Amino acid sequence: MSKRLIQNLAKIISKQVDRFNQTEVECLIREFYAILGQTTSTGKSSLDERKFRSILTNEFGLTNNTIMERVFRTFDKDNDNFVSSKEWVEGLCVFLRGTLDEKIKYCFHVYDLSGDDYIAREEILLMVRNCLRLHGEEDPYDSIKDLVEITLKRMDHDNDDRLSFEDYKKSVKELNIVLEAFGTCLPNATSINHNFSTLAFQTYLFDVFCCQEVWRS
Amino acid sequence: MLHYLSCLPFLFRCLLAARGGILLASVMGTLLTKVAKWSSEDKLDSTALNSLLLKDIMLFVEDFSALHPHEAEILFEEPLQWNSTLVASDFEADYDINESGEVESQEKDENGCPTLELSPPNISVRNFNQLSNLMNMENDKRLQEVQACIEENRTPLVKILGESYANMQKAVKIDKGEGHKQDSDIKMKLLRLLLDMGKQTVRKLLKEISEKFRLNPAFVDQEVEYLQGFCGSGENRVLKSVQYTSDYEYPNGCRAPLWRQIEGEMCYLVIEPYDTETLYITCSSAGVFLNLGVKDEGDDGAYKQASEVFKNVVTLLKNKSQLFAENLTSQGPLRTPKLVDAQTQLSLKRINKSATPSQREEDKTSEFDDTQKGARSKNISHFSESSYAEQLSSMKLKSQLQPGEVFSETSSESDQSYEEEEQPARRQRNTDYPSEYWQIQKLVKYLRAGDQTATLLTLYALMDYDLTHETYHLAMQDSGGLKVLTNILHLDEVNLQLGSLQILRDISHNAQTRRAIVDNGGLRSIVNVLDSRNKDVKALAAETIANLTSFRRARRTVRKYNGISKLAKLLDCAPDLANVDAKQEKDVEVARFGVLALWSCSRSPKNKEAIHKAGGVPLLGRLLKSPQMNMLIPVVGILQNCADEESCKDAIQTEGMIKDLVQNLSNDNDELRIHCANVIFKCAENKRTRTLVNENKGLQALVSLLGKTDNKKLMAAATGAIWKCSLSPENLDVFQEHKVLETLIGLLTNQPEEVLVNVVGALAEFAQKPANKITIRKCGGLKPLVHLLVGRNEPLLVNVTRVVEACATDLDNMAIIQELDAIRWVWSLLKNPNPEVQSSAAWALCPCIENAKEAGEMVSTLMGAMELVIDLLKSTNDDVLASMCAVIAKIAKDKYNLAVLTDYEVVSLLAKLTDKPGDLLRCHLAQAIAQCCTWRNNRAAFGEAGVVPHLALYLKSSDMKVRHSTVMALHQLSKESNNCVIMHSEGVVKPLIHFMGSDDEKVRNAAADCVRNIRLLFPGQSRAKKSTPCM
Repeated sequence: MSKRLIQNLAKIISKQVDRFNQTEVECLIREFYAILGQTTSTGKSSLDERKFRSILTNEFGLTNNTIMERVFRTFDKDNDNFVSSKEWVEGLCVFLRGTLDEKIKYCFHVYDLSGDDYIAREEILLMVRNCLRLHGEEDPYDSIKDLVEITLKRMDHDNDDRLSFEDYKKSVKELNIVLEAFGTCLPNATSINHNFSTLAFQTYLFDVFCCQEVWRS
Repeated sequence: MLHYLSCLPFLFRCLLAARGGILLASVMGTLLTKVAKWSSEDKLDSTALNSLLLKDIMLFVEDFSALHPHEAEILFEEPLQWNSTLVASDFEADYDINESGEVESQEKDENGCPTLELSPPNISVRNFNQLSNLMNMENDKRLQEVQACIEENRTPLVKILGESYANMQKAVKIDKGEGHKQDSDIKMKLLRLLLDMGKQTVRKLLKEISEKFRLNPAFVDQEVEYLQGFCGSGENRVLKSVQYTSDYEYPNGCRAPLWRQIEGEMCYLVIEPYDTETLYITCSSAGVFLNLGVKDEGDDGAYKQASEVFKNVVTLLKNKSQLFAENLTSQGPLRTPKLVDAQTQLSLKRINKSATPSQREEDKTSEFDDTQKGARSKNISHFSESSYAEQLSSMKLKSQLQPGEVFSETSSESDQSYEEEEQPARRQRNTDYPSEYWQIQKLVKYLRAGDQTATLLTLYALMDYDLTHETYHLAMQDSGGLKVLTNILHLDEVNLQLGSLQILRDISHNAQTRRAIVDNGGLRSIVNVLDSRNKDVKALAAETIANLTSFRRARRTVRKYNGISKLAKLLDCAPDLANVDAKQEKDVEVARFGVLALWSCSRSPKNKEAIHKAGGVPLLGRLLKSPQMNMLIPVVGILQNCADEESCKDAIQTEGMIKDLVQNLSNDNDELRIHCANVIFKCAENKRTRTLVNENKGLQALVSLLGKTDNKKLMAAATGAIWKCSLSPENLDVFQEHKVLETLIGLLTNQPEEVLVNVVGALAEFAQKPANKITIRKCGGLKPLVHLLVGRNEPLLVNVTRVVEACATDLDNMAIIQELDAIRWVWSLLKNPNPEVQSSAAWALCPCIENAKEAGEMVSTLMGAMELVIDLLKSTNDDVLASMCAVIAKIAKDKYNLAVLTDYEVVSLLAKLTDKPGDLLRCHLAQAIAQCCTWRNNRAAFGEAGVVPHLALYLKSSDMKVRHSTVMALHQLSKESNNCVIMHSEGVVKPLIHFMGSDDEKVRNAAADCVRNIRLLFPGQSRAKKSTPCM
C-alpha cells in the first residue's frame, strides 16, 4: 500500500480513537499491512485469526489458546472473522493504552466465552484447565476446581454462582491485580515497550519511538 | 537457692564497702545480722550458708588464742552468755568443777572473777581465750555452741569491744585519726582482726555463692526462652512479648553496657504482659528488678532501680502480673519440659526438611524433563506456557535447595543472632491446627505448582485470610510460603509482584514472620524490586522494607544489597513539593514509602552513613518542604537519626534545612516538633548552625516550646536544642530577652532526668555570664541544683557540676552552696566510676575550695576527701588527671592540708605525671607542683623525683598558660639549691630571662627571682663551666 493511502487512512481512524495521535496510528497501520503483506499476497485487507494469534503470541506473549481465540473475537467487532485495519487500531487502543474501566470491559468480554454476559464456573474451568502442574500422581483437576471454587466464591458478590459484569468489576476495583484473573489477555504492562521493539516492529522502531516521544510531550 | 540470691545484694554491698575502706567496720557486725539467715526472732535457719558461716567462725575462734595470745586475753566489755549444752564432764584441766555441776575457769580477771562460768545450762564467757578453749574441746557440740552463742548475742561486737569501738564510723575515725590514747592498742588490734575475719568470710562466701548460685547470663537466657513460650496472641496468651533491649552480646554473655556491668547488671528485658503496663526489667547478678524504662542504650536515667529485687524474672512476673501468676500455677512446672519437647520437635523437623531436598530435586527434574518434552512435541514457540512453568519451577527449585544455604548463612551470623526484638520462639505445637492452617498449606502448594494464572488466583485467595492471625503466619512459615512469595518477585509480572508484595507487606507486621522472611533471603528479592518500573511495586516494596527493618540484621541486609541507595532514589520525586501536580502525586506517594523505609533503616549507624553517601540528605531537604504531615515526620525522623553523623550535620546545615526545621518547630504536630528540636539539638554544636537557628527566629520558637511541660519528649528535645544553641553568646542574649533562664530554673523541679540533663546543660552555659550567676541565685536555682548532685545519671551529674563550677565563682553563690553542703556532694562524686563525672566534679571543686569560707578547715573535715583526690592521681584519663592537679593546687594552699597531702605521697605521684603529654594537664600539673613546693621539704623531693628536666621542657610549650605556670613552679623549686643545679644544666636560664619581660607581673617576678636563685649558686658562670665541665 502506498504511503499516501496509509496516511489518509490514519487521518480518518485517528479521528475516531483518542489515545493515539495520527503519527502513531500511521505506524500501527503500517505495521498492520506489513504483517498482512508478509504472509499473504491476496488482496485481502484484513487479518485472519491464525495470523492475528501469531501476533498475540509473538508480540504480546499471550499463550492460552482459549483466551487468544476470545481476544480475536473481541477485536473482531463486526464478527466477520477478520480484523480490519480500523478494528486493529481500535483494539490496540484498549490493549495498549486502555483505562482501567475499558480494560475491565475488555477482559470481561474475553472471559465471557459463551457471550451470555456472565462468566460461568465451566467457562472459568475451561480457561484455567492447564494452570496447575502438581508433581506426583496427584490429579491437578481437583485442585484446579478447588481454586476456581475459592475464586468464584470470593468474586461472586451477588451470590448467584456465576460472575456478572458487576461482580467482576467490583472485584477488580477492589484489587486491580485480578483484572486478568482467568488468563493473560493483555500485554504485560512492563513489557509493552520491550515488545514494541521486537523483530516485527523493528523496522518502525524509530517511528514508534518518535510517536511515543510526541505523545509524551 | 532463694536464700542465697536474696543475700547477694547485701554481700556485694559489703564487698564494695570493704573495698572502699570506709564502712569496713560494718562488715563483721552486719555479717552476723544480715548475711546470716534468721528465721524467727532468734533462730538461725539451718541452711547451707549459715552452716558455712558458723564453721568459719568456729575455725576462726579455734585458732584465735594460739595466733593472737595478747588479744585473746582482753576482757570482753560484757560477757557473752548463752544456753549451753555443755556439761561439767566436757571440761578438763584448768577448770574448777563443783558438785552441782557448775564450772569455773581457773583463769581470773583483775578482780578475781573467772573468765568462764558454767551453771548448766547457762554459760558466760569473758574473753577469747576461753572461747578458743571451748572450740578446742573435742566434741561434736562445737557448731551447736557457736550457733547458740550467736543466736543469743546478736551484737557480739558491741559486747566484746563496747559501744565506742563497735560503732564503725567512730572506730575508723579514731583509727585513721591521730591515734587513740585512752584505749589500749590491743583492743584496736582485736577490732581489726575481727573486721578482717568478717571481710574474709564475706569474700569467701561470695565466691562460693557466685560459683554456685549466682544469676548468670545463661540462666537469664534460659528464662527468656522459657517466657517467650508464653508469648503470642493466641487464646492462652499470657504475655505479649519478651525482648532484650540490646542484641549485642558481650563475650561474657552479658548485654548491658560495660559501665553497667560493673554494677553487676547483665541485661535488660522489656516484657509486655496483657494485664499490666510494660515491664522494664534489669537482670543483675544480684537478682532482677524493675528499672525506670531502659529501652536501649544511652538513656542513662532509666537504669535506676524501681522495685525490690527478685530472684528471677519468673518470680518478678508472678509478682507483677496477676494473669501470669495464675497461668503459671495452672500450668505448673510441666510447662518447661513441654517447651523443650516442642523445640526438639521443631529441630527434628528442620533436619527432615534439610534431608529431603535431594529427593525433591529429583521430582523436580523429572517434571522438568516432562515439560521440556512436552514443549518439543507441541513444537510451539519459546514464549509458551511451558517456558513459564519452567521459569517458575527453576525458581522454585532454588527455593527447595535453600535450606542448606540458609543454615550456613545464619551460622555465619550467629554471633549477632540476638536482635533487639523478640526472638522467634515457637508456641507449643498442636496437632490439631485450625482448618485454615491446612487450607493455607494447600494454597502454598498451588502457588508452587501453578502457572501465572493459578499463581494470581492463589495470591488472590491468600489475601482473603486474616493476615494478622497467628495460624496464617505459622502455616506460611511451615509451608515455605514466604520463600515462594519472595521468589514470585523475580518474575517479571507486575500483577504477581503486586499480589505477593501486598501479602508480604501485611504479614511483615509479625515479628516471627519478619525474621523468617529475612532468614530466607527474601529481603534481597524485595530490595531488588525497588528498581521496578511500576510505581505501585516500588511503593509496596518500600513499605514492606519499612516493616521488615525493625531489627538490625534486616537493616544490614538492606544495606548489603544496595537497598539504601535504591530507597534514596525513590526520594527523588517532584522538584517542588509545595506544588505537586496529579502526575507527580504518585511519585510523592512512592517517595513517602521510601522515606518510611529509610526512617526504619536509619536506626543503624552504618545505614546513616549509607544514606548520606547515597545523596539522601539533599533529597530529604527537598522533601522537607512538603506540606504533608505523614511525609514530614519520617523525613525529620531520618534527619534526627542521621544527625549523629558529623558529615550529615554539615549537610543539614549547608542544604539550608535549618530554616525549614525551625519553621516546623511552630507546627501544631508535637511529634514533628520533637523531631525538629532533636535535629537542632544534635546539629547545634556547630556554630554556623546556631547562628542560622537564631537568624530564622528559631530561638523564639524553642522558647515557646518550654511551655509544653506535659509532653516530656518535647521538653527534652526543646531544652536540648536550647542548651546547644546557648553555646553562642549572641544566642544567650536572645534567650535573656525571653527570660529563658528563669523558665529553665523553674524546670529544675518535677521534670524527668532526660529533660533535666538538658536544662542543667543549658544552665551551665548561661552561668558563664556573671549576671546570670546572680539570677540563678535570686531565682532559687541553687537549691534544686544541689539536690541533683545526689542522682546517678552521669550526663546530668556532669552538667550539674558544670553549673556549680560556674556559680561557685560568685562569692554570694558560694555562701549558699556551702550552706547547702554541696561541696561534700560534689566531692563524693569523685567516687563515681565515670571519668567524665570525676573530672567535671573536680573542676567544680576548684572554685569551691578557692571561694569557700575557711576552705582549709572544711577540706580537712571532709572524711577521706584528700585520699580520693590522691587515688585519682592514678587515673588513666588525662582530663581526670588535669582536674585532680587543679584541685591539689587549690587544696595545697592550706598549710595543714598540704602536710596531709604530702603524707599521702603527693610528690611522687605528681612527679610521675610530668612525662605525660597534654597542655591542660601540664598547666595544672605545674601549678600543683608550684603550690606543693610551698612546703619546704617537697622542693627537694620533687627535685629527687626528677621533675625539673620535664618542667624545663614545658617552657618550650606553645601554650602560654603552660609556660607561665611552669615558671611559677620553677621559681618555687629554685629555692632548693640542688634543683638550681639541675635547672642550670637543663638550660632554663635563657628562657627564664625571656620571661622576665613578660606582661604578667607575677610571672616576671617569679622568673627574675628564679634566675637570681640560680645565679647565686653560680656566681661566675664561665668559671663554673670550666670547673664542672660535665654538668
